[in-house]
Amino acid sequence: MARKTPEVPAASLADIAFMLLIFFLVTTTMDVDSGLERRLPQWQEQQPEDDQQIKERNVFVVLVNRNNDLLVEGEITRIDDLREKAKEFMLNPNNEDNLPEKEPMEVPFFGQVNVTKGVISLRNDLDTKYGTYIAVQNELVGAINELREDLAKSKFGKSYADLERDQQKAIKMIIPSRISEAEPKKAK
Amino acid sequence: MSKFRKSGGKELPPISTASLPDIVFMLLFFFMVSTTMREVTLLVKIKLPSATELSKLEKKSLVSYIYVGEPKKEFQKVFGVAPRIQLNDQWANVGDIQDYIIAEREARDEADQKLMITSLKIDENTKMGIVTDIKQELRKSAALHINYSSRRK
Repeated sequence: MARKTPEVPAASLADIAFMLLIFFLVTTTMDVDSGLERRLPQWQEQQPEDDQQIKERNVFVVLVNRNNDLLVEGEITRIDDLREKAKEFMLNPNNEDNLPEKEPMEVPFFGQVNVTKGVISLRNDLDTKYGTYIAVQNELVGAINELREDLAKSKFGKSYADLERDQQKAIKMIIPSRISEAEPKKAK
Repeated sequence: MSKFRKSGGKELPPISTASLPDIVFMLLFFFMVSTTMREVTLLVKIKLPSATELSKLEKKSLVSYIYVGEPKKEFQKVFGVAPRIQLNDQWANVGDIQDYIIAEREARDEADQKLMITSLKIDENTKMGIVTDIKQELRKSAALHINYSSRRK
């Protein structure tokens, strides 16, 4: 009688397929959408007049012109130096007169803390390049993130991202992220 | 009838295809999971700016996109090279943004509506004038949570 030939073993097919799967998983980069996260201010029907006068020492003015040059607090600055300047402004370590005032505040975990009243004001020209604008925003956000990170490290010994939610909230109270964007001047 | 006469007369059995479906299914799953469905075809050229302080867009379903950039080569004859706005698959003007945001909002659950994020994918050589206009429109339609899409530096 004719003997049946044994079937081709299919057991290893699974291994081959798995190998393909792993190969694809390792080699493809799944591009995750990421970017600078910001919140826009609420829309107001009539533009508010500047009734709440902010003292000049409390405002960190960043101007970007149409040639993508930066004017920070009246000085021409390179983008690389912006982060340090912003950090110094927000901290005011030596309580200098030309840097923002501080206001005592009760913060959980920290107790009585002097919180800066500083506001960063960013104004750009209509012809400013978007890339420059993002670079400036990035430095400003980076300055605040670094300050928060430093404070988290020194107080809790942990990275800001690893803190509990209310600890993060406390740090946010001490180092607020107040970046205001003035509308560019329309008149031309 | 000796041991060495196997090959005579017998046909080769067909290769088993029982596991083929498994493989195909696996490929299918792989593509389903790994690829993000590109719902729109880009009509504009976009080279994103680079930044370091990035945060990820976690829930894709809550994100609506606005694209701004120079029209691609094939459209330049019609639209020129000035940066233009693209919403979904079509060209748009600044005035269309409010309607777009409202339509996007209607498409989501009520619980998700306040978690929505607008991702701005804007070419880095665009002038700020158009970007500012878009931001004003977003403020008017109360889509305040935005994300300036950028590459890691």
